[in-house]
Amino acid sequence: MPHKWAMVIDLDRCTGCEACVVACHAENNIATAGPDQAARGRAKHWIRVERSWEGEFPNARVRFQPVLCQQCDDAPCEPVCPTYASYHTPEGLNAQVYNRCIGTRFCANACPYTVRFLNFYNPQWDKPLNLQLNPDVSVRSVGIMEKCTFCVQRIRAAEIQAEGEKRELKDGEFNPACVQSCAPKAMVFGDLNDPNSEVSRLARSGRSTKLLAELGTKPNVTYLQQDSWQNGKNG
Amino acid sequence: MAKTAEQIRGDLLRPVFESGAGYWLGVGIAGSMVLAGVFAFSYQVYHGLGVWGLNWPVFWAFDITNFVFWIGISHAGTLISAILRLANAGWRRPVTRCAEAITVFALSIGAIIPICHLGRPWLFYWLVPYPNERHIWPNFRSPLLWDFFAILTYLTGSTIFLFLPIIPDAAAARDLTRGWRKKLYAVLSLGWQGNPKQWHRLESAMHIMAIAIIPVAVSVHTIVSWDFAMTPVPMWHSTIFGPYFVTGAIFSGVAALILAMAFLRKFLHLEEYLEPIHFDNLGKLLLTMSLLWFYFTFAERLTTWYGNDVSEMNVFWTSIRQNFAPLFWTMVVCNLIIPFPLLAIKKLRTITGTCIASATIVIGMWIERFLIIVPALEHKFLPYAWGTYRPTWVEDTLMVAGFGMMGLLYLLFSKLVPMISMWEMEAGVRKAPLVRRPAVRFEPGGATAKARVADPEPFATDVSR
Repeated sequence: MPHKWAMVIDLDRCTGCEACVVACHAENNIATAGPDQAARGRAKHWIRVERSWEGEFPNARVRFQPVLCQQCDDAPCEPVCPTYASYHTPEGLNAQVYNRCIGTRFCANACPYTVRFLNFYNPQWDKPLNLQLNPDVSVRSVGIMEKCTFCVQRIRAAEIQAEGEKRELKDGEFNPACVQSCAPKAMVFGDLNDPNSEVSRLARSGRSTKLLAELGTKPNVTYLQQDSWQNGKNG
Repeated sequence: MAKTAEQIRGDLLRPVFESGAGYWLGVGIAGSMVLAGVFAFSYQVYHGLGVWGLNWPVFWAFDITNFVFWIGISHAGTLISAILRLANAGWRRPVTRCAEAITVFALSIGAIIPICHLGRPWLFYWLVPYPNERHIWPNFRSPLLWDFFAILTYLTGSTIFLFLPIIPDAAAARDLTRGWRKKLYAVLSLGWQGNPKQWHRLESAMHIMAIAIIPVAVSVHTIVSWDFAMTPVPMWHSTIFGPYFVTGAIFSGVAALILAMAFLRKFLHLEEYLEPIHFDNLGKLLLTMSLLWFYFTFAERLTTWYGNDVSEMNVFWTSIRQNFAPLFWTMVVCNLIIPFPLLAIKKLRTITGTCIASATIVIGMWIERFLIIVPALEHKFLPYAWGTYRPTWVEDTLMVAGFGMMGLLYLLFSKLVPMISMWEMEAGVRKAPLVRRPAVRFEPGGATAKARVADPEPFATDVSR
């Protein structure tokens, strides 16, 4: 049976430490923009932690929500790409084929989650960051879009390993960088087609919600929260 | 108008062959604007798209505004010319050529902009479906690909539509010139002899093109609107966008046509050809389009307001009350408040009046496209990902270059082809069928000498009635 990769993020566990953001940058060779470019809106964070405040001081609390590519089943970014750079893989991943991208940026406009990023310049790494580039991930040149891949390089590596050992992939055998680095274990990654996987179990939870579910994009990222802060109730 | 065919040809060919200092000054200014654009584009290609003001989340701004603007301008020419031809409106005769030229040039500019705006402009040909080493077709579900085909079709069609009526004029010019011009016109005239069979074929071809180009024109701007409407972006995802854009396109196109006509009238001294009646008639059309535009804008805004969708209202208020309010209300003033009295009151619907209205409309419609694109992208669904946009000198320069290119192409074209169709003007002043003879030999730099050439057609009528 083909896999259907999915993620569950428990917002009640998230502490907003942003370890996932750092891990993602390191794993996926995401160039840093520098303060000037970041101020101009050129920072690239495949995963970001959105902060929102509830209540009035002194009874205020902050909630964190890590937002990454939702790997939608009905992704608005896919049909608009004229060159199939934004492409739906048989495993349900929302792939970005860098070599096909000509930089129309249509996908970035169409994405309701705003999780797609343009390489405004050729990427550069301040020393010594240039020494820690991940050889498994291609570096993206100027003018093309990039976004979260669910660490497809890790998925492929694990699949190849399992195939070589003539066995099925085990649940939790590998994880994307953000999940691996999540200290409070707020993030869980796995195969939704395996009903016994942890991600399937958690996705069935009564606390599960989808981000912007009303748009019908069918995200493969599920958020868990006690009560929706969007309802204005403190969970 | 009681001009003879010789007078008409003399009047209309003189500006083609004779250029003053003013002309070369114009070419110089327009040419430098284009060169500045070439520099800005090279700078952008060398450094990367980061030299533009685009950012996360505003990935389209001046580039696509200008794209929609120029494609919109292109909708006056061919469409109006086709409708007027099919309606057989007599007053169309001096208007059609300059209108059709606007279409071809504005469309060319509009087609170049999306190439310049790409992150990797050198790979634009990947939109072309051809068997390639990448073993992949372009994505036919993408509105950008529809754009590609729609614009290519419209450009091809309107170029043919512009070219067909040039054939007899090129033949006339061929018979009057020497040197490189004679060679050029010999090619352009496609061996035109002016016999009845050729006239018949020309008129059939023009008729077919006039009918075929209308749905193409409508489809082009509908598809341009679908670049926005097919995405789930607040205030973009709207069923009204197709007709709204087509209306806006014809609106801005007619305004551009009036400005171009006033320009030609003044600088080519065509006062006797482009008369107040032409501006009056086009002014009425402009008034209709202004009201239609207001109707669509009002309908779009009112339904959004009543719909009261959270994400849409963010965009709605930012454009009406907040950051973009000055631009929004300038747009309303430019597109309705100023043009309405100028065009509705007969006394004010003069050449000056229609020109003022047209100028504000061209500005207002540019703002309209900007307001469709940028506020929506700045305020998509997740407030965390909101942003602001400010253009850089590179985008400003490229925008100026677009106008320069329009001026340059128009100026150069006016030295190759008479900006008013000679044979159609002649056909307008006489009742006889469209059979004619080459009659005037033009001496470059001198007055138009009349030298009658042996008449190849036995039943040619005397045109100097």
